Amino acid sequence: MSTVKVVDAPLGLGPRVRGLLTRRASWIPVLAALGILIALLVAGQSYLGNFLTPRVLSSLLLDNAYLLILAVGMTFVILTGGIDLSVGAVLAFTAILGARLLSEGVPSVLVIPVMLIGGAVIGLLIGSLIQFFDVQPFIASLAGMFAARGLAFLVSLSSIKIEDPTILWLQTKLFYVEGWFLAPTGVIALLVVAAGALVLHFTRFGRTIYAIGGNEQSARLMGLPVVRTKLLAYVISGVCAGLAGVVFSAYQGAGYPLNGIGTELDTIAAVVIGGTLLTGGSGYVIGSMIGVFVYGTIKAAISFLGAEQSWTRITIGALLLIFVVVQRVIVARSSRR
Amino acid sequence: MKLRKLLTHRLVLPIAALVVLVLINTISRPTFLSITVRDGQLYGSLIDILRNSAPLMLVALGMTIVIATRGIDLSVGALMAVSGSVALTIIDGSGNPEDPGILLLAITAGVAVTFAFGLWNGFLVAVLGIQPIIATLVLMLAGRGIALLITGGFITTVTSAPYRFMSQGYVFGFPFAFYVSVVAVALVVLIERRTALGVLTEAVGINPEASRLAGVRSRGIIWGAYAASGLLAGLAGILYSSNIMAADANAAGQYIELDAILAVVLGGTSLMGGKFSIAGTVIGVFTIQTLKSTITFLGVPPAVSPLFLAMVVVIVVLVQSRRVRAWTTSAWRWGQRARTGTEAAS
Amino acid sequence: MNEAAVPIVEVRGATVRFASDTALDSVDFRMFGGEVHSLMGENGAGKSTLIRALTGARPLDDGTIALDGRTVSLGSPVDAQRHGIRSVYQEIDLLPNLSVAENILLGREPRRRGAIDWRRMRAEASEALLDLGLSIDPASPLGSHSLAVQQLVAIARATSSDMRVLVLDEPTSSLDADEVAELFRIIRELKERGVAILFVSHFLDQVYEICDRITVLRDGALVGEYLTDELLRIDLVQKMLGKDAEALTVRSREPVEVNAPVPVLEARNVSRGVLRSVDLEVMEGEVLGFAGLLGSGRTELARALSGIDRPDSGSIVRQGRRVSLPTPRSAIALGIAYSSENRTAEGIIGQLTVRENIALAIQAERGVVRRLSLRRQRELAASWIEALGIRPASPEAIAGTLSGGNQQKVLLARLLALAPQVLLLDEPTRGIDVGAKVEVQNLVNELADNGMSVVFISSELEEVLRVATRIAVFRGGQVVAIQPTEALASRSLLAIVTQPDDAW
Repeated sequence: MSTVKVVDAPLGLGPRVRGLLTRRASWIPVLAALGILIALLVAGQSYLGNFLTPRVLSSLLLDNAYLLILAVGMTFVILTGGIDLSVGAVLAFTAILGARLLSEGVPSVLVIPVMLIGGAVIGLLIGSLIQFFDVQPFIASLAGMFAARGLAFLVSLSSIKIEDPTILWLQTKLFYVEGWFLAPTGVIALLVVAAGALVLHFTRFGRTIYAIGGNEQSARLMGLPVVRTKLLAYVISGVCAGLAGVVFSAYQGAGYPLNGIGTELDTIAAVVIGGTLLTGGSGYVIGSMIGVFVYGTIKAAISFLGAEQSWTRITIGALLLIFVVVQRVIVARSSRR
Repeated sequence: MKLRKLLTHRLVLPIAALVVLVLINTISRPTFLSITVRDGQLYGSLIDILRNSAPLMLVALGMTIVIATRGIDLSVGALMAVSGSVALTIIDGSGNPEDPGILLLAITAGVAVTFAFGLWNGFLVAVLGIQPIIATLVLMLAGRGIALLITGGFITTVTSAPYRFMSQGYVFGFPFAFYVSVVAVALVVLIERRTALGVLTEAVGINPEASRLAGVRSRGIIWGAYAASGLLAGLAGILYSSNIMAADANAAGQYIELDAILAVVLGGTSLMGGKFSIAGTVIGVFTIQTLKSTITFLGVPPAVSPLFLAMVVVIVVLVQSRRVRAWTTSAWRWGQRARTGTEAAS
Repeated sequence: MNEAAVPIVEVRGATVRFASDTALDSVDFRMFGGEVHSLMGENGAGKSTLIRALTGARPLDDGTIALDGRTVSLGSPVDAQRHGIRSVYQEIDLLPNLSVAENILLGREPRRRGAIDWRRMRAEASEALLDLGLSIDPASPLGSHSLAVQQLVAIARATSSDMRVLVLDEPTSSLDADEVAELFRIIRELKERGVAILFVSHFLDQVYEICDRITVLRDGALVGEYLTDELLRIDLVQKMLGKDAEALTVRSREPVEVNAPVPVLEARNVSRGVLRSVDLEVMEGEVLGFAGLLGSGRTELARALSGIDRPDSGSIVRQGRRVSLPTPRSAIALGIAYSSENRTAEGIIGQLTVRENIALAIQAERGVVRRLSLRRQRELAASWIEALGIRPASPEAIAGTLSGGNQQKVLLARLLALAPQVLLLDEPTRGIDVGAKVEVQNLVNELADNGMSVVFISSELEEVLRVATRIAVFRGGQVVAIQPTEALASRSLLAIVTQPDDAW
């Protein structure tokens, strides 16, 4: 039996290698994203000269910490086969709410949990619409987006400056190591990525997320807690949006109700570029992180070049296109089998 | 019996919603329904609604057809920005912004570009088989960037009386933009219902595979729907830029894809595709425009208006959801039974 | 075997109704531990309804289910699983995107301090698979394996210590001979453990090889329960069909004096999916029956002949000319129309009216611009409603609300409105009531008498024998025999259909 297998192994690959390849087939899109990231960095260095410096690379994390957090939450939702359009607006809402509360003298120890809970509540409402009333995720999260945006303006119509030292510390305190630097916001973002990856890989909840994305009906037949898991996925996305609101407030030093317009699209694009299938069931938080870095690198390179920032969206759109077409081909090929 | 049939007609809810809105407005501001005549031109809140709803009307018409095929077009707002940018850049560069020939060329070019983008969306969906949300997300992301590139990153402004006429001018007492709406609605109805396109589109939206087996050219129908949506969005972009006499790549058509989807759903067309109602969409558009006018009148900052839209979305989808329908029918039956019960007792 | 013992499963008076149809009518059914039980019956006999009731997928409208003598309520599949009833369906309902190990153990995965213990999970899965004689990498994604392996993984998932009842619904339809032998070895092992096994299969040989007891259903009612050893195959078939096999008379049809039969549609060397280089000719004015079991290639050939699926190799010849049929549309243009076996997914447009459904194909052929006027549509619909006796006789009824038989007639009307020269009907009588069935069969004969060539596919041999003038028998992706109906008796046809491959 095993001898037969060795014989028909392609290109003389041993069964071990081949086994590894089939085991890890779902990582291929992530590796592709990593390849693109490296290519971008190398191309940036060769065109711009001083691109691959500790300063630029460190600020990649610093500038995109909020997006990284959003992408982790979005990955949970997309893995279930859903989508969450509300994240940008929820970020704006929690940020302005936080700024308002802080300006009225509420201590940050209270404000930060309130921001997180605000995000969680909106996520729960979206999830309930989807789960209990059969509303399509697109429409339900759209309602969440409208609601959050409106609430943001209800809190304040104009920008509110943040003077709370704790929040500002998150961004201004920089740990330096030989030219590299890291702010607490970056630490938070990386912790969220790590937590997301661990939860998805090592908990029954995480595996149920994948199961739902694979086939919700089958997951239900297997006796998995589908309802609870799906609700929780949207709550996680909401909490991530709230946390991103905290990080974004620190980054901007202010809350502004118009923040984060279009951020949901950047987030979705980053997640898809990171190799997560929009049909659900396949993808990794690590991939989403790479997707965010691809996004950040393009943005950084374009500002380096002094070119129009509009090129960022165009490039991201083009990359997104390439990825969905490639994904489509992969899916088509595997369904033929 | 007849009354019940009338009450279950699918346009009843949308019309009722519109009537309620109009009533609220009339009560809270008696001038709402009044129309004044100045220089043979009509003015008033209702006329404003007719005029301002034109871009949304165009976009929502295209969206209706796309949704009927089980799709969605997120790129319409970005395409509005593109067509406005193309048109105004041409007018700006011509040096003769009042020349009707130049204007015609500019408008044609703007709409042609978005038509091409619509074809592109259709290609991704119908030929490559990519999910509509994602396929059109690509242009939603990239479209505004392209518009910004066309205008060189600035807000291009022009002064051209004929161009301005499209949104501000009057013909026979009514705003010109209103005629654009009427013609667009009439054309779409004519094309969909006087030819077989409408019923074939519905067939494809309800059951794509069965339609294919029956020999329907579903690929062409889906493709055409996105192309039409691109074309209509382009026209809407022209109207929008004419209203502000500027090509603002960021503000043009912002959130209009959401308003349009909402208008379509309000009009009773299901997001699952299939049966669609142009009349419903028209009512939906007027409802949204009236709602916006109401919000402005009530002194709510326009920025907060999304909150109201959110409530409307939630109410509409809840009314459409199976679970709530089951609740209401069982409640109705229960009430019915209780009534017959008391009748029997008495 | 052990008549005195208490059965593990005892179903009494099971009744299930769908709208006006009774799918299951007061059926009694029992299963004993350590026995393999087969449920036999034609399509629509109520087998799948009974299985669904047993696995909690569809509650009974009437009747009780008792496990070990205690009445239980099986409200959901999860309920049934909790009672130790496990099922493996023909369409595997596992998760192709997850690993083999997860598919086996998801929901009861080994954990260490709250986290999934992947190492132990793989080990346990490996063990469960080895029990079934399967040595595959438990960490590989399920989707990367063949259907046969996936089926075994599904069985591995179903198998656990608390399993009392195992339901196998057509488990062998995608397996080759070696894999079937492997499966049977596993079934015998489970039998030793005292599990009650329900084995449902179209393959008579397999039923006779593995089953101890057979329950026969017909038209939703119980025919009887028999020990396999005491029931002859021919008797079994008679009980399933409800008639004496000898009495299955071939339709008396005046032998049409054709000068020389002209082929109107030919398959030459066509391969696609299970089909292996099939040659076939459809003659003018004949009803060509396709007989064969599920997955024998009968549907695949019909779809290849009508442009639904493109053949991987080989060619289609229409009236002597090689033609390319990239779409159903191109086939319709050549006078070839196909009606799918899957009426709801590939036939009826549920939310449209009867009129719109009937006019659909003809409208599609005319194109978008040349719309049939409403008046013409109404006339068209009215005439077909009358000709085929569609009920309710209203062109404006919503097609999705019609009964199965009437939906089928609407579909036929849609295709007949095209006036095709070749009509391929895939299971046109499946799941419709007896009256409608006879009407459809008579209609097919009339059409052929008027010169149309009809390909008639049915898994009911009796029906094929009654309707067809010539029968092509499919087995294993090939046409193994083509004979005039007169030359075939039900018994010999059955023999060809069910004969094991190696004996041929």
